[in-house]
Amino acid sequence: MELAEAARAAVEAAVADGASDAEGYALQQRNREVRVHGGKVESLSAATERGVGLRAWIGGRAGYAFGTDLSEQGLRELGSRVVTAARIADEDEHAAAPQADGDYPRLDGLRDPAIADWPADRLVELTLAVERAATSHDRRVGNVEQAVYADADDEVAIHSSTGIECSYEASNCYAYVRALAGDADSREPGLGFRLARSPSGLDADAIGVEGAERAAAMIGAEKPASRACPVVFDPTVAASFAGLIGSALGADSVQRGRSPFADMLGEEVASEALVLHDDGLETEGLAASPCDDEGIPRARTALIEGGRLRTFLQDAYTARRSGADRAGNAHRSGYRTPPSVGTSNLIVQSGSSTTAELLAMAGDGVYVTEIAGLHAGVNRVNGVFSVGASGRLIKGGELADPVREFTIASDLVSMLQAVREAGSEARWVPFGGIVRTPPLLIAEMTIGGN
Amino acid sequence: MSELPSPELAGTIVERALANGGEFAELFAERGDGTQMGIDESRVEDVTLASGGGAGVRVVKDGTAYFAHVDGIAEPDLERAADEAAAALRGARSEPVPLRAQQTARQEIQIPPDDVAADRKAQMLRELDERARSQGDAIVQVQVTYGESRRQIVVANSAGTYATDDRTRVRLAAQSVARRNGSAEVGFETLGGHAGFELFDRDPARIAEQAARKALTLLDADPAPAGSMPVVVGGGFGGVLFHEMTGHGLEVDHVHQGASVYQRLLGELVAEPLVNAYDDGLLPGAWGTDGIDDEGTPAQKTQVIEEGRITSFLYDRLRAERDGAELTANGRRGSFRDLPIPRMTNTYIAPGDADPEAIISEVKRGFYAVSFAGGQVEPASGDFVFGVSEGYLIEDGKVTKPCRGATLIGNCLDALAAIDAVGSDFDMKSGTCGKAGQWVPVGTGQGHVRIRQLTVGGTAV
Repeated sequence: MELAEAARAAVEAAVADGASDAEGYALQQRNREVRVHGGKVESLSAATERGVGLRAWIGGRAGYAFGTDLSEQGLRELGSRVVTAARIADEDEHAAAPQADGDYPRLDGLRDPAIADWPADRLVELTLAVERAATSHDRRVGNVEQAVYADADDEVAIHSSTGIECSYEASNCYAYVRALAGDADSREPGLGFRLARSPSGLDADAIGVEGAERAAAMIGAEKPASRACPVVFDPTVAASFAGLIGSALGADSVQRGRSPFADMLGEEVASEALVLHDDGLETEGLAASPCDDEGIPRARTALIEGGRLRTFLQDAYTARRSGADRAGNAHRSGYRTPPSVGTSNLIVQSGSSTTAELLAMAGDGVYVTEIAGLHAGVNRVNGVFSVGASGRLIKGGELADPVREFTIASDLVSMLQAVREAGSEARWVPFGGIVRTPPLLIAEMTIGGN
Repeated sequence: MSELPSPELAGTIVERALANGGEFAELFAERGDGTQMGIDESRVEDVTLASGGGAGVRVVKDGTAYFAHVDGIAEPDLERAADEAAAALRGARSEPVPLRAQQTARQEIQIPPDDVAADRKAQMLRELDERARSQGDAIVQVQVTYGESRRQIVVANSAGTYATDDRTRVRLAAQSVARRNGSAEVGFETLGGHAGFELFDRDPARIAEQAARKALTLLDADPAPAGSMPVVVGGGFGGVLFHEMTGHGLEVDHVHQGASVYQRLLGELVAEPLVNAYDDGLLPGAWGTDGIDDEGTPAQKTQVIEEGRITSFLYDRLRAERDGAELTANGRRGSFRDLPIPRMTNTYIAPGDADPEAIISEVKRGFYAVSFAGGQVEPASGDFVFGVSEGYLIEDGKVTKPCRGATLIGNCLDALAAIDAVGSDFDMKSGTCGKAGQWVPVGTGQGHVRIRQLTVGGTAV
């Protein structure tokens, strides 16, 4: 059965079984993955996944079910299961099927057809080249933990009984390497990575060299002294925090009293140097799509601008509940989970200072190149965080000794208000969602070390 | 959904996977059913009914695993997976060993959760919601989730294994938010097991009460101190510290990649003799227990540290063969969509002989980490970080002020060597461990454990 047809048949099955409304999200995904270590292929995987996630409403009761049997009988069973699920739920006056909301934007280039021209053996070559680039760049980088290539070639079709019909194709791929520098007693890992729409857009040398340089820079790292000082986040770190802020700006956590930004709409939450958008139309970003994951047209949303909190991210449920103008920020990770509020492409606006200039402005401080434990070290309700970090000291405005095994601690609003400058050298990072961000200079943060 | 493959069909599929050669072929097929529901704002919602299944086939040749997976477990699905896995090879057919059905010891499930009416589950959620809210007016948000799953599994391989498992798990997780004078704090507690609904016979709402009390306690908390000091780690979920700082480094894939600080330490002393630790897939009813691992190896108990000495790594099948080591039944996968990799089951530091109260009273100034929000370790360097969800200052041997926003940070080998007391108490908790994008249920446990010196990262300098 065609994907769009499967979504439609699932919706019809749910309605026939007693749902007042239903919505089907059908996904077909071709995935490939190559893992390489020591010049050898560890694994080569290929798969096609196809499934439908089905939401149904009986009045204000909502249920969810998913299945992979796209036969007529399979979809009929799915329809009956989702109605059973909806009957278990309590009535919620705000719960209702999303309504169609205008035309979908035409976005070109979401799928690069070149992805189909890369057979498995060429992908293996590419991944081996990433590893070779890492190990041949610096003699202190002897091996890599792993070099990995992965891609996805997706088709999405959304159909609802309320008139929503959106379908599109998109491709994405990434490659990364974790290079190891140092000797037997001390190994420092360094990550190099790139994202693209097809492997033609990946530069194996650049990935390998980045991994090697990041690993080698950490050789001999020690624990720094505890203090409060200026901090520069490199883009990988800035992206992780941007993702965290993006999720705290979801209207669902706001409405349910679980966001540090709950009462701050229109308030000053950041310095003017920090401008944050969610942009589902920016096709350079891998999260772009004509519609969000419940079929509402994508748009560009200013979240933080001029230092003020401009809007929260909304899906159909939260928009109805708060009377917001529009939804469009629903996100799901595949057909196996129901949609909820989430980001698409998060974009931190670039400033005019080079990274060298940011370091000079910092004077004496810490350049953070990696953080760990973000999922565990953050209180999502009040925004207080303390996470593990590593990076380089900044002395006299320049990068100095490597440091590791320290914590950086603050709370999200204080950190946003302390952003002094956004750099000019932005890049796309797959941490915290899909994020484009430059390095950020934070005027002061607490470092926990010796 | 079709039935799981019989030994005859599984044998045919394994043979088909070897059509273009290979030293080893394996079929992993599963069918699963699950129910999830939650309560939030005192409303039962997010009801998801899942049903499905699929299969993964791998063929190994010259150390490379060729892997394909499909949704569905009907004969044509399995054939498609076998053909796709074999397609990347270019050799002559190889012959598998005929399959021998293997007996698997199963966990006893008294009340299959599927037999319990949905209303009763919804009612249980309401009870937890009410119990949490009754702990105080400051409790403003309560969220509880209930999940049940049943996974039936077949593993068949060219070495002659045909093994099956039937895994039923249930879990409750409660989160409360307390708010007073502009400050907001969160408390969290879980109850889960490889068990049926009988797990909830004895007052399941107690976990909602515990979660609410944690949140209320934290309202009076001061910012955590930053600096180096003695740290007492609490029992139960405190075991996540050992899971992260040692368990992961003993998973042999990290060792082979040259990315484990334990690489050259097999047989070496890494801790004081009072430290004994296990990975125990046999622990009855525990969250990380299964009958077999996901490669068909019967579950077992492996001592990983004996009197301070590393005694074993944790192996999957292929890596054990490569090292000439005994199988430890740690080849696990998130689902049929994943290749098996070495993973922990239930990992714990065994009870010692120290009195848990004395472990605290001997500390002049230190930190008491009762429970963690989670943690992360970098196996290559051994650096770890843990978010403390419930922590207190220890002053003059007494637990005093609650602290918020604390993190424990350190290096595995230093911290392991600095364990100077292991309590005689013991508790196990359920968690979900992520590695290489695969999530598996694991148990973590221990009694009170003291680390002589560790860095506490907080906002107060």
